[in-house]
Formats: sequence, structure tokens, C-alpha cells
Amino acid sequence: MDETVAEYIRRIVLKIPKDEIKTMLQKWGFLSEAQLRTLNFHQIKDSISQEVVQLCVENSADIKQAAVLDIIYNHIYQNKRMWSVYQMKKSGEELEYFDITDFKKKFKGRLRSALKNVTITFKEYEDNAIWIRVAWGTLHKKPNQYKPSYVVYHSQTPYVFVSASMLKSTLPLLCQALIVASNYHDIREMELRSHSLNSLKDIVFKRYSQNFQTYSPKHLQGGNMEPKSEDLRVVQENRSEKERRHRLNWEVFGDGPQPKLEYAQYRLETMFKSDPKMNVLDKKEPFRCLVKFSSPHLLESLKSLAPAGMADARLSPLLTCIPHKARNYFKIKEKKVLHPENFVSP
Amino acid sequence: HLATSLPLPSERDHLRPRIDLIVFMIDIKSKYSLKNVETSLAHVDASFFLGKVCFLVTGVGRLNSCSVEMNAVCKLGETYCSPVLFCELELEGIRVSTAQRLLRMLQICAGHTPGVSALSFVSLMRSSDDN
Repeated sequence: MDETVAEYIRRIVLKIPKDEIKTMLQKWGFLSEAQLRTLNFHQIKDSISQEVVQLCVENSADIKQAAVLDIIYNHIYQNKRMWSVYQMKKSGEELEYFDITDFKKKFKGRLRSALKNVTITFKEYEDNAIWIRVAWGTLHKKPNQYKPSYVVYHSQTPYVFVSASMLKSTLPLLCQALIVASNYHDIREMELRSHSLNSLKDIVFKRYSQNFQTYSPKHLQGGNMEPKSEDLRVVQENRSEKERRHRLNWEVFGDGPQPKLEYAQYRLETMFKSDPKMNVLDKKEPFRCLVKFSSPHLLESLKSLAPAGMADARLSPLLTCIPHKARNYFKIKEKKVLHPENFVSP
Repeated sequence: HLATSLPLPSERDHLRPRIDLIVFMIDIKSKYSLKNVETSLAHVDASFFLGKVCFLVTGVGRLNSCSVEMNAVCKLGETYCSPVLFCELELEGIRVSTAQRLLRMLQICAGHTPGVSALSFVSLMRSSDDN
């Protein structure tokens, strides 16, 4: 068996947490149950990985099987990677029947005709997600298995989730192969990035709990508002104000959990407005500035600002529009039109 | 009675009993809370400042997240002739003992302790300043 394949498998096994190794190998299905039973999972990981490689040698594993193991690892630990979202466009309104074999054939064909050396692996999951792993090489070099790109495509949607390889130059080729294979005619990158793949899916598939402007005026969030048990001897003087703030917050964020994003970035290209007497930046150039919000869970923290009394109930629409507009990277230019919708440009 | 700021909402005026003690809580982690207290002080009748006002600074257990200057708080206490108490709400022991102190002050302010009135606090403060 190829030494590089053995080493690659060994490295994957070393990444897996010790108590997960057995389950993952079972999911992989390349080693038989009998072989798995011979493995001692109580020794140090180094030794476990050596034993696994030994078994793989016995079964003559090649890079294709190793790549499948890699997909399985990255599917379970998907949140370790940074994902971007791409949207594909069709030229017409034809609803074509999606044929997975045809898709795979076209995808592989497109990549291989451009670059002879690529390793392409597919794995389908129950939620209609097709996971694609591509390891990139060049005309003369074998594919680098340690810097692959991962693509997740839900065939019934025009969205593709990409965790790109460090090799930036491979991105255009990847996009091209995707539109050719899926019969779309254009693809564009959305300004939406996160570590949580499921949250990105929630946002573009509109699966999170949204709140609509119309609501019943009598609907008060009695359950959510007072998590601590209230002592009846304590009188809240500003109860109506508190209730109003909670209601406004609920209107914006809704009841359910928010999608998990780590950043919101605003690139400002607006003019600096100051007292003309101050003589600051009298050049008529836009003041360039980057504002970045980061948090382990940005939207939840924004949601908890008003109830914690740290912000007025009405947060800036630039923050609250993030899930609806499906973007967390913004470019803000000068307001030319009165209509606020035109204020934020792609 | 808990309020987020002063003045108190007028719609509840008829439901309110006599106010014996006002405790202004300042969260040491929030500049906003200090500002809020400063603006609210303007709405307090002058008679309260004869011992019926006290400042309670919370969150002192986490001095590394301090946003409020100690000087500013002590100055506030001096300006308004009112005591400044420090506590950490997250520690049960300190929470309980602070509550007991406030309760004692309240008893005196409400006139339940014979021989001692709220004015005593003012004179007590005077003497500590002379140090």
C-alpha cells in the first residue's frame, strides 16, 4: 500500500478523540467488525492509529477509501471549518429532474479536464446533502490530501456551502465545475460566513424562527420574561416599560434559538461628518473604516442585550437584518437615496 | 420597590407607600449605570439627602472588568452627603450581609429605632471624612 496513504490515514485517526475512534471506523465500514474487535482502544492514540494503519494495509486501502474517512471526520466535526455560502442561478425556470450520477459525472469530468491530478470523493447523507471532497494537484504534482476543499450541496436548492482549501486559486475552478454539473448558469458568493454549517443552512433555508410584523396585541411573553421566581413583596416600578422592551425584542428575534454566527463585519465607506470649524479631514474622500462584531454566538448575544438592560430595545436594523438578508458582511456607502433599503450595497 | 431610573412612573403614584430609603445601585462594570444614577439624582427631593439616600456599588469582586472610576463614586457620595457601600452580589455571604446592613439602615430611616434617626448617618459621614 502507498506510504502516503498510510500516513494520511494515521493522521486522520490521530485527530479523532479517543472515545470516538471506534464509532467513526464503524461508520467508515472499510474494516470488518472482526478486524475492529482486534483493536485495543484503551491504549494511547499513537498505538491505536498504528494498529488501524496495519489493518488498512491488510485490506489494501487506497486514497479513495482514505478520502471517505476524511469526509466522515469532517462531517462530524464540521464546525471546525469556516464555511461560505454560494448561490447558483438558473437561466430559465425549467425544473429539471436531478440525477445524482449525472451530477457526479459532469463534476468529475469538468475538474479532470482542467487538472489531471485531483482526488474527488462524494458522500450522500440522509438530509439530501451531498458532500464533495476535492484534493487539488497540478499537471505535474499529485494532489495535496492535506488541503482539500469541501462542498456541501443540497440538490433541491440553489445553495452550495463551501469550505475552501487554502489554495485560493482552486476556487474559480470549483465554482465552474459546480454550475456545469448542476445545470445552473451562474454562481455568486454570498456575504455570509460562519463556522456553524447548520446555522448557515438555517439562514438560507429560512429554517430559524422568524417573527413577522403582525402580532396579536394581547400576546405577552409571560413565560419568557421572568425566569427567576418573583417574590411578591418586590414591586417593579417600571414593569410596563420592561414588558414593552421584552415585546419589542421578541418582535425582532422571535422565540426560538438564533442561527450561530461568529462575526458581523461592516466596511464603511462613508464621509466623515464633523463640524466644519474643526478642520478634520476636509478632503472630500470617504472615511474608510471597518467595524467588526465578534462573539461565540453573535445573534444570541444581540438578542440578550435589551433584556439585560445594556441597549435600547430598538437595535440598529443593520444588526437585526442579518438573518433576513442572509449576510453578515456589509459594505456601507453614502446614502444617496432616501429609501433605507438602498443604503446597504453588496 | 425596584426601578430602573427616576422619576418613578406617575401612574403608580397612588399605589406607592412612603419612601424611607433610596438605594442607588451602581454596577462597577457599567459606565451607563453611573450615568443613569447621576441623572436620576436630579429628581430626588432635597429632604432625602439627610440620611435617606445611599449608594451601593456592586460587582466589586470583578475589579478587572471595572469601568467606573472609584474616585467618581466616592466623589458622588461626598457631593450628596450619602454613604457609599460596596458589595459583590454574586457571593452569597456578602449579599446577605449587605442586605442586613441595608435593612438596619432602613429601620433607622423609617424611625423604628428609638434614639437614632437618619440624620445620624450624615454626622457619621462627616467624621470619616476628617481622616
